Amino acid sequence: MNKTPGYKGLLAVNLSARAVNRGLLWSPYLWLLLFFLAPFAIVIKISLSEIVLASPPYQPMFNWAEDATQWFNGTLENYLFVLRDRLYLYTFWNSIQTAAISTVLVLLLGYPMAYAIARAPADKQGLLLMLVIIPFWTSFLLRIYALTGLLNTHGVINNALLGLQLIDQPLQLMYTDFAIYIGIVYSYLPFMILPLYATLERLDLSLVDAASDLGAGPLRSFVDITLPLSLPGIIAGCMLVFIPAMGEFVIPSLLGGAESPMIGRVLYDEFFLNRDWPVSSAIAVVLLALLLLPIALLRHYQAKEAEQ
Amino acid sequence: MKKLPFLVCVLIFGYAFLYIPIFSVIAYSFNDSTLMSHWGGFSLRWYQELFNDRQIREALLLSIQIAAVSATFATLLGTCAGLALARLRKFRGRRLFSMMIVAPLVMPEVITGLSLLVLFIALEKFAGWPAGRGATTITIAHITFSMAFVAVIVQARLAGQDQCLEEAAQDLGARPLSVLLDITLPLLTPAMLAGWLLAFTLSFDDLVISSFVTGPGANTLPIYIYSQVKLGVQPDINALATMIIAIVALGVTLSAWLIRVRERRIECQTRY
Repeated sequence: MNKTPGYKGLLAVNLSARAVNRGLLWSPYLWLLLFFLAPFAIVIKISLSEIVLASPPYQPMFNWAEDATQWFNGTLENYLFVLRDRLYLYTFWNSIQTAAISTVLVLLLGYPMAYAIARAPADKQGLLLMLVIIPFWTSFLLRIYALTGLLNTHGVINNALLGLQLIDQPLQLMYTDFAIYIGIVYSYLPFMILPLYATLERLDLSLVDAASDLGAGPLRSFVDITLPLSLPGIIAGCMLVFIPAMGEFVIPSLLGGAESPMIGRVLYDEFFLNRDWPVSSAIAVVLLALLLLPIALLRHYQAKEAEQ
Repeated sequence: MKKLPFLVCVLIFGYAFLYIPIFSVIAYSFNDSTLMSHWGGFSLRWYQELFNDRQIREALLLSIQIAAVSATFATLLGTCAGLALARLRKFRGRRLFSMMIVAPLVMPEVITGLSLLVLFIALEKFAGWPAGRGATTITIAHITFSMAFVAVIVQARLAGQDQCLEEAAQDLGARPLSVLLDITLPLLTPAMLAGWLLAFTLSFDDLVISSFVTGPGANTLPIYIYSQVKLGVQPDINALATMIIAIVALGVTLSAWLIRVRERRIECQTRY
């Protein structure tokens, strides 16, 4: 404690605690205003601008802002185009459906796993949780790549099934909806297990004991007690899977087929291949609007969690 | 416990599902054959090819550089944000600020990538900076989304932490700035370290946002891997994946061990 750090001179300035905290605030605040809020405002602006301003095949970036008056001559054309076009509507619907089905699948696998971990001996729980988390720290892209090695026509699954003579010909597993479901379950399983484990681990076991003392079977006490009490965890976990799955780009583009497009991939192609900035901006805004309800749900239940 | 066998089965199935793809990649990285379909004997040739591949080496170095710089800035900014959110109950624009902090956590990557790209293009047009796109724009993008994760970690840590040490220092006449630098920040070091590691991993792993805001020549490792994987299964990617998995597994085990040692030491200290 006798050492005098170099910054001691600075401390002679007598600032109030509030002033210090306010000083801490401004740098992240400005950063987020510039790099989070401003970009989003520009996207909304582009989505309202006319297509000719933004989509010449060459140097599209210089045109949309050339004429300052054009900035405010908004048009809803792009939104009408996106919402009327059958292909875009189908893509939105297909994304919702795919994300919803995969979320249910993640829940079906994640809930019993989280329950089993929460009921495991206390000294084993840390290890079991760590085994769930390790894949999450390894590269997302490489894990999807690992799946392609499994699902390929000449991949591990087909080789095993052929070897066991369960099938005569390799199954088409890649580039199907099935591959997308597997990909989402595989990548987002930790997001489901961790919040579920947090609620299940806290759950008051004496309630379950009381129920069975009063004659309830295991199924009855699960449906009437454990399930309702773990509802906050279920909703938080489902939203944590559903939200990123809706906008997923890597999984559909590496594992999915052309006949079931997902919105993240379509937005990317629209922007980079068709260079249609206004339409891709409108798609982005619609996607975010669709996610507002799930995000609000997630926020609500996370705030509830934090209170406990 | 009648339900136990079912739960054990579920755990075995779940962990098999999580680890079989990973182990199959590791196994095939030592396969001498170019084809995934058959085993051509044990070989280290893909590792050799990996080390001789200049493109992979450059991509790896670029990714590490971007991840280190962006994680450092994200930790600084995120810690400031976490402290401000935990300690300032009321300020003008608190709702907007906390919304902007959480939003990147749930924002689809395609939207973040798209909006940052149009911002960079607008900035270049009106302010002349950043000139072109590449490592700088990727770094800024990564700082923006990973500072949110750091802020959440720091805020959670502060919420669970007793303020008694800070109050004691204040009562003994320490000025607020010195309380912050001498007491609060040292107490926050583990949270900041965890935040830095998470930010590094997120940046090192990011494909979607990077491919939006990158420019000619700036290929990060995920961008390179993606372009290779799009062409089909590449045996040297198996070797690369194996090495990354090994490093992560080592890191996670090491940090778990360090935490355990620390906890034991605290336990000993409190006992005596």
